[in-house]
Amino acid sequence: MPTIRVQTEDFDLGAEVDALRAGNAKIGGIALFVGLVRDINDGAGVSTLTLEHYPAMTQKALVDIVDQACARWDVINATVIHRVGQLMPTDQIVLVIVASGHRGDAFQACEFIIDFLKTRAPFWKKESTQKGERWVEARASDDAASSRWQALHKSEES
Amino acid sequence: MMLNVLYFASLRETFGIASEHIALPAPATVAALIVVLRARGDSWFDALGPDKRWRVAVNEEMAVMDTVLQVGDAVAIFPPVTGG
Repeated sequence: MPTIRVQTEDFDLGAEVDALRAGNAKIGGIALFVGLVRDINDGAGVSTLTLEHYPAMTQKALVDIVDQACARWDVINATVIHRVGQLMPTDQIVLVIVASGHRGDAFQACEFIIDFLKTRAPFWKKESTQKGERWVEARASDDAASSRWQALHKSEES
Repeated sequence: MMLNVLYFASLRETFGIASEHIALPAPATVAALIVVLRARGDSWFDALGPDKRWRVAVNEEMAVMDTVLQVGDAVAIFPPVTGG
C-alpha cells in the first residue's frame, strides 16, 4: 500500500526508505526525489516559504497521481510526503519514493509522480523575500514537464 | 440551489474571503457561477477574467467551465498550483 502524507513535520529519508522496502525481496531498485527550499527564486532572496493546501482535496489528488503511476509502471510500493506550513531555505519540502523490480520503472514512475504533483496537487507557495511577500507563480516549464507524460502515454498506446 | 464556494492562496487574499455560500438557479455550470462572481466587479471581475490563470475544482476534483453543479457542491477556485 502506498504511503501518502501531508504534514508540517520534517521527514527522515532513511526511515522512509526502510519502511517502504521492509522485508520485500521483490524490490530490485528504489528511486527517490527530494524537493528542497532554495534561498533564491526569480532573483530575490527567500527568507521563508509558506505552503498552503486544500486539505479536503490534497489526499485525493495525491492518491490519484500515485494510482496512475502504479497503472503505468511496475510499482511495488511508493511513498509521497509533502510538507505544509512555514519552511526555511535548505528545508525538505517533498519526498517521492518508488520501489520497483527494476530501476527503469522506479526512475520513470518517480519522475512522473513529482511532475504531476507539481501541476495537479493543490499546494501553493508563498515566499517572504527582502522585497516583501509574494505568491509563487506557476511555471510553464512545469506544465510542459507534466504534459510530456501524456504525449508519451499516447505514443505508447498507438 | 446552494453551493459552498471556497477560495485559496492569492485569490483568497484578493477577495478577502476563504469561503461563502452562494445560491444559483439550477441547473448551473461552473461558467454560470463565474459570471455571478465577476458581476461583483472590482477585484472579482479582474481576477476571474479569461485573461487570468485560475482553476476550479468541484467536490475536490479538477473541473472545467462546462462542469454541471449540483445542490451542495463544494466549488473551489484557486490559482495554478505551485507545490513540490
